[in-house]
Amino acid sequence: MTDKIHLNRPQLQNLYADMLRIRRFEAKCTELYQAQKIRGFLHLYDGQEAVAVGVLAALSAADAVVATYREHGHALARGVPMKLLLAEMLGKVEGCCRGRGGSMHIFDRERRFFGGNAIVGGGLPLAVGIAMADKQLRPGAVTACFFGEGAVAEGAFHESMNLAAIWQLPVLFVCENNLYAMGVPLADAESQTDIYRKAEAYRMASLQVDAMQPLQMEAAARQALAHVRGGRGPFFLECRTYRFRAHSMFDPQAYRTREEVEQWQHQDPVQRLRNWMASNHWMTAEEETAIDTAISTEIEAAVAFAEAGTLEPVADLERFVLMATVVQENADVQEDVQGDVQENADQQEASP
Amino acid sequence: MNDRSVRMTYREACRQGIRAALQADPRCFVMGEDVGKYGGCYAVTKGLLEEFGSTRILDTPLAENGFTGAGIGAAVAGLRPIVEIMTCNFSLLALDQIMNNAATLSHMSGGQFSVPLVIRMATGAGRQLAAQHSHSLEGWYAHIPGLKVLAPATVEDARHMLAAALADPNPVLIFEHIVLYNTEAELDNTITSVDISQARVQRSGTDVSLLTYGNGLPKCLAAAEILAAAGISCEVVDLRILRPLDMASIVASVTRTHRCVIVDEGWKSGSLSAEIAARLAEKALYELDAPVIRVCSREIPVPYAAHLEQATLPQTDDVVKAVQALVKQAAGPDD
Repeated sequence: MTDKIHLNRPQLQNLYADMLRIRRFEAKCTELYQAQKIRGFLHLYDGQEAVAVGVLAALSAADAVVATYREHGHALARGVPMKLLLAEMLGKVEGCCRGRGGSMHIFDRERRFFGGNAIVGGGLPLAVGIAMADKQLRPGAVTACFFGEGAVAEGAFHESMNLAAIWQLPVLFVCENNLYAMGVPLADAESQTDIYRKAEAYRMASLQVDAMQPLQMEAAARQALAHVRGGRGPFFLECRTYRFRAHSMFDPQAYRTREEVEQWQHQDPVQRLRNWMASNHWMTAEEETAIDTAISTEIEAAVAFAEAGTLEPVADLERFVLMATVVQENADVQEDVQGDVQENADQQEASP
Repeated sequence: MNDRSVRMTYREACRQGIRAALQADPRCFVMGEDVGKYGGCYAVTKGLLEEFGSTRILDTPLAENGFTGAGIGAAVAGLRPIVEIMTCNFSLLALDQIMNNAATLSHMSGGQFSVPLVIRMATGAGRQLAAQHSHSLEGWYAHIPGLKVLAPATVEDARHMLAAALADPNPVLIFEHIVLYNTEAELDNTITSVDISQARVQRSGTDVSLLTYGNGLPKCLAAAEILAAAGISCEVVDLRILRPLDMASIVASVTRTHRCVIVDEGWKSGSLSAEIAARLAEKALYELDAPVIRVCSREIPVPYAAHLEQATLPQTDDVVKAVQALVKQAAGPDD
């Protein structure tokens, strides 16, 4: 464990609870997927929890977040209410995006959560632009941009790294290196497998961290954020991690062995933190039970909320294709739900 | 020329539009390749760096997808970017950001975000730049829900469409035609804004509707002049907005003339002209006395040699012939 952050009981317990909450949420999603209540693609975060929790614990409300299609953990850690997330995945209008986005496209304006992006690398240019705006309009705010190591092969990665570096933008690039881009092993896809070294080419400060170690992960995130907040330009964090589950629900995992997965599971960040905390008296059995119970209660309530949700009327299908007014970022979400227009009457009539 | 008007090129009108936007709104800035020190590939932004400085006139590296996406992010987070993509041919490198982010964010997020972004790009052929600098891709973009697509054909629209685009809460693409940059016209000083919702009848007529946009407009106006001398009265409609199409104005014109020729520098297959023809078939078939005729570019990559390039593009003479054939056909074999 690291000496870079001062350990205290509530903080450690929060760290554990936040990770366990994500782990348990994903288990519930699997169940709901098997029951065919969640459909489409579903990408689970098991094994990588320390990354989202470590970085997001260190962010403030003024900061912005851009994530990927494996973003349930980021959304939960950012404070997107679990019930809105689950209702979204069940395709209900009560969901955070009215059931239009689903698992891969979670948005929450109030929490400056800019997706959910199902194009690999697609969020990086967006993060650069948000940081450009924040530099002018919200000095001190940082944009945390999450992406997998698969995105590093995309042009959008290199273009965004370069733009952030030449314009010295407040972006924290967080690469979640889980060693496989879908089924392509890191070494087959990258000539330089130490991804953090790519930042050197952009003269960007960087750090590689073992993201199976939650305390190291959080310490690294705080160090990286201090750099960006200090006005010293963007920072690149390579988080070495591992995805315990399949890429999505349709993946037979022919590209890796069961033994390999089991080996990594010995490093399970959630379980190991729990064991370490229990044996070092950072968490009593009662406290652990309380954490567990709170999560169970929250999940049950979220499921009930999502199940009881309603479907968006098909008549509203074309709402928000074009907006009638500019949505101010900090405006009340409810107010301008009416602020859309139908593109033109002609197209409506022409539709069958 | 008089006190109420000033003679100006289309290029200068574009430049003045940008300058006025920068003066009017501190959130507004220009970003793109060579917009600053070079003055713009087509010299549209010339002098603006000196006037507004490098934070408002931002030279970017050659990274269309990156800086277009940055424009989207900046727009969502509160700025009013004008992204310049040197030519629409290069915009294909930014298509992911335009299509998957700019056009989808509002709908996909259930209306939580708007993208008040303007992307300007040069389009079209006619300056012997060959296949990779000469295509007309506005029709492609007009396929995409969530975008608005504008095609200024006149100095007035070149001057004023930008302000309307910036005021729009949605991503708006403006296609400036490379051949039009040097054209000149009187700009009426008393007109201070234009709408970006309606097509405009540029010449009234009774026999045939010529539907066009961009550099098709001067060709259609010239054809109408020639045809008038032959006793055929053409109504020339400048579409102006390619998405959403102003079908009401289009149908109204065809209802007056009962014949229609669509002139589009894009290719014919799967095109904007195909869309308009199909909609006329759906909505105004019984107003038509003759089939809709399309005059489009030849279906080839635009070649370099001047005679080949011109043979590729719809010309005034092609429009004249199409109208003559249509009028003759509609009049019947005995006329």
